[in-house]
Amino acid sequence: MRQITAPEITKAVKTLFLEANYQIGSDVSAALEKMCLAEDSAIGKEVLGQIIENNRIAADEKLPICQDTGMAVLFIEIGQNLQISGGDLEDAVQEGVRRAYTEGYLRKSVVKDPLFDRTNTGDNTPAVIYTRIVPGDKMKIMGTAKGFGSENMSRCKALTPSEGVEGFKRFVLETVRLAGPNPCPPIVVGIGVGGTLDKAAQLAKWATIRRIGTPHPKAQYAELENELLEQINHLGIGPAGLGGLCTSLAVHIEYYPGHIAGIPVVVNICCHAARHKEIIL
Amino acid sequence: MFENQDIKRIDLPLTAETVRGLRAGDRVRLYGKLYTARDAAHKRLAELLQKGQPLPVDLQDQTLYYVGPSPAKPGYVIGSAGPTSSYRMDPLTVPLLKLGLKGMIGKGVRSHEVIDAMKQYGAVYFCAVGGAAALIARSIIKSELVAYEDLGPEAIYCLTVEDFPAIVAIDAQGNDLYQTGPEDWRRGRE
Repeated sequence: MRQITAPEITKAVKTLFLEANYQIGSDVSAALEKMCLAEDSAIGKEVLGQIIENNRIAADEKLPICQDTGMAVLFIEIGQNLQISGGDLEDAVQEGVRRAYTEGYLRKSVVKDPLFDRTNTGDNTPAVIYTRIVPGDKMKIMGTAKGFGSENMSRCKALTPSEGVEGFKRFVLETVRLAGPNPCPPIVVGIGVGGTLDKAAQLAKWATIRRIGTPHPKAQYAELENELLEQINHLGIGPAGLGGLCTSLAVHIEYYPGHIAGIPVVVNICCHAARHKEIIL
Repeated sequence: MFENQDIKRIDLPLTAETVRGLRAGDRVRLYGKLYTARDAAHKRLAELLQKGQPLPVDLQDQTLYYVGPSPAKPGYVIGSAGPTSSYRMDPLTVPLLKLGLKGMIGKGVRSHEVIDAMKQYGAVYFCAVGGAAALIARSIIKSELVAYEDLGPEAIYCLTVEDFPAIVAIDAQGNDLYQTGPEDWRRGRE
């Protein structure tokens, strides 16, 4: 059995969230540059130009790309031949998040109880953690800093089988249209479909962190992703919602086999500051 | 489409004449002093107004920026400081416009009540680019606490800005780029 320690995990998680907040992924950068060239609205070009310049400044000076440094969400794959020593996995992860957000001058945006006691926890914990046991002896940590301007624009629906693909497309487009300028377009649209409602939601979040420019491996889903991206970019919402071509940088769909009686769909919207990183231990 | 190639320098505090002359779609760079306030500060200001008590800031001719910055790194005036969504402040904005508030900076749509009051009292709404938080922070050269220190990032600060990038989203005539921008773009594509 291969061993890793809790402090190693803490260190990796801290590095992950610092980097995610300062340095936008190269896939997002490339998508923004490409869309800036294609953008035909003068205001749209101005907005995209500011975003691109912002990301350069943030990376150079190690400043947060956006002041909403988000709620931390992690997807952790743990090899079944891996042994963790020196502490609990979840505690180690929370400590990594805590250190990133306190030592990295990131904003603390988490309150301890959503309804009855909205006292700030002071360290941006707890993070939301999903774990999976997989073959092998590595630990793969994928983390995202999820901002809430966009999270608040996410929606879910219990589609019926008869509503099918057309109902699916209508729901996605309606969600983006209703969101308008609020999620800071250009957006990344993550969609989860099938399974149970909770599975679809988790898939949607997972879909937001896929590398832009990577289509779904199944042709029908890849085509659907493309079709939706085109339709979204015909809505005219544009960068910052002020009108233009570039409303979305990417549409990613993740599916799971589902029940004969229903098709849960969750549309998770992410802004252009799609901040995520991966570390393999 | 209000297509403006020029970028205008706008000095703060705004004058009635400047406010009248701005058009939705104008790209501007702001110079001077503005005040920050978001959800919690607006609530406190509203409570004072209801009780007929004076505000900690004289808002006549002033501009409010809806922002809750990240903590400042050593050697920096302020952390990353992009706009927060304005719609949440809408219910508490009309009384401030009545008091002579001339400018607001945020992002996203405003309510009909706010737009009507902007027309009635003469005020302009600028949008700053959401997520251009480090870029915007560069234009903030001074930050002074004015009121409600206990609110931390939600306190009222007086910020001195130079070359603060913004776009006129809604002008004092009620033209709304959030409506006309997408409409005009779609029409242009037909």
